Amino acid sequence: MENQEKLDEFQARIDAGEKIEPKDWMPERYRQQLIRMMSQHAHSEIVGMLPEGNWIERAPSLKRKLVLLAKVQDEAGHGLYLYSATETLGIDRDELVDQYLYGNAKYSSIFNYPTMTYADICAIGWLVDGAAIVNQTMLARSSYGPYSRANVRICKEESFHKKQGYEMIAKMASGTPEQQKMAQDAVNRWWWPSLMMFGPHDSDSPNSAELIKWQVKLKTNDELRQHYVDRMVMEAEAIGLEIPDPDLKYNEETGHWDFGDIPWDEFWDVVKGNGIMNRERMKARRAAHENGEWVREAANAYARKKKLQQEKAS
Amino acid sequence: MTTETKELTKKEAFLVYLLRLADDRLILGQRMSEWCGHGPQLEEDLAMANMALDLIGHATALYEYAAEIEDEGHDEDHFAYFRDDRDFTNLQLCELPKGDFGFTIARQFLFSAFSYFQYERLKDAKDEQFAGMINKHLKEIKYHLRHAREWVIRLGDGTEESHSRIQESFDELWMYTGELFYMDEVDKLMIKEGLGVDSSQFKNEWKKLVEDTLTEATLTVPDWDQFMMSGSRKGIHTEHLGHMLAQMQFLRRSYPDAEWK
Repeated sequence: MENQEKLDEFQARIDAGEKIEPKDWMPERYRQQLIRMMSQHAHSEIVGMLPEGNWIERAPSLKRKLVLLAKVQDEAGHGLYLYSATETLGIDRDELVDQYLYGNAKYSSIFNYPTMTYADICAIGWLVDGAAIVNQTMLARSSYGPYSRANVRICKEESFHKKQGYEMIAKMASGTPEQQKMAQDAVNRWWWPSLMMFGPHDSDSPNSAELIKWQVKLKTNDELRQHYVDRMVMEAEAIGLEIPDPDLKYNEETGHWDFGDIPWDEFWDVVKGNGIMNRERMKARRAAHENGEWVREAANAYARKKKLQQEKAS
Repeated sequence: MTTETKELTKKEAFLVYLLRLADDRLILGQRMSEWCGHGPQLEEDLAMANMALDLIGHATALYEYAAEIEDEGHDEDHFAYFRDDRDFTNLQLCELPKGDFGFTIARQFLFSAFSYFQYERLKDAKDEQFAGMINKHLKEIKYHLRHAREWVIRLGDGTEESHSRIQESFDELWMYTGELFYMDEVDKLMIKEGLGVDSSQFKNEWKKLVEDTLTEATLTVPDWDQFMMSGSRKGIHTEHLGHMLAQMQFLRRSYPDAEWK
């Protein structure tokens, strides 16, 4: 049992808005929740490279190819510092990677949808990174210091990602008839999955209350989702794209946009592994890991040899 | 039909020269970008995306300048998306499939080492805009060379498996290295105008760097006098290039009137 006095003291620090640092005392449950959330965030950045990487080679202009490359490079970087931040909680990156490649650890379900057309890449930038920013802006104020700082850094780069996606989908929306069709089709397919990125409704989200109590999260899934919808409705309207929700309606009383029922059955199907790309994503990541084993072994063997040589010399 | 060859003008030669440099970088960058999300470790995913970004960025700048020199209302995308296999003048070395990580590294090392010596000299070209560009890109090439060189040593002197894998890659790549030093009337005119470099002048330095690195990596230096491939600067390629271009160009060519920038 953890000492109640310590728990109270910890809660008092949280309530006073203090940041918790790696060497500080923390409840085991707080540590576990953070490991789960942060590593899931890291895995998502890595898996997220695959649907976007799918269009680097086919990007329709050199400028767009460079933008996409810069974006996936950022994502690898985000993965890297999120893993480092998670390691401050006393767990190795190797172990975390094992947990998602061969165990039960999850990554964001959004990446289990296919990027069929180039407009999907633009929709990901606008809608998916847009949703990620809403989430990460909140996480930048999270109570755990290393996670908070990682998100501050990530947010800066994500806003560039969102901007380029929005800019290009806007161009397509006012482009040739084929481009317009492609852009609208992408929005139709990515809208609901984007809303699902905020997770289940608060009533179905068992971890929420605890995470908010500890200020790991500062807002609930539904609050974040509403904030996102309000913003996206305006952005879609500005570029002449339609949001595929017949129930979308401005509510004078609340000052928010009401929206239709989220297809949760689909969400849970994808979470359970039945999205179009679930198997492919895992196969690709496992293959990368397994095909890279000889490289990592060689690097380790070489480092050992050099160390031994140095020790002998001195 | 006439077989008489017209003498190259400085402008024509400069355009060809810029396109050869740019094509090498675009095609190699395109190959490198195939690694995205499939690297052996996260640090290398980052490094390879970064190098692909540099290479394609360098190509873009060179194509932009080529469009300016050509002065026919084209832009950089024209050269990347609307030329065919026979128009591309990249080295065959650059278009070969990415292979395993060792193959990618071995190729990157051979190419970066060549680029390094080439750019070290090109940076003094008698054309301010061109020289400025080269100078800027040289900084990144130095990083690519260091990165690839360190990996050649690590893999060569790592485990038995990594040693034999990268040795095989060098053996396979060797016959594509002859073309690095190919020179024709375009190069001669560019050298005369102070815009190009004489690659024979640094061939020994390049060979020495390659030999020293392979030796440090406990690898065997393949036979320099073996048969060497040729023809890429005149648009002769392996069958791999066509497939790459088909993929790279399909969307842009399907909707050529659309705005894609």
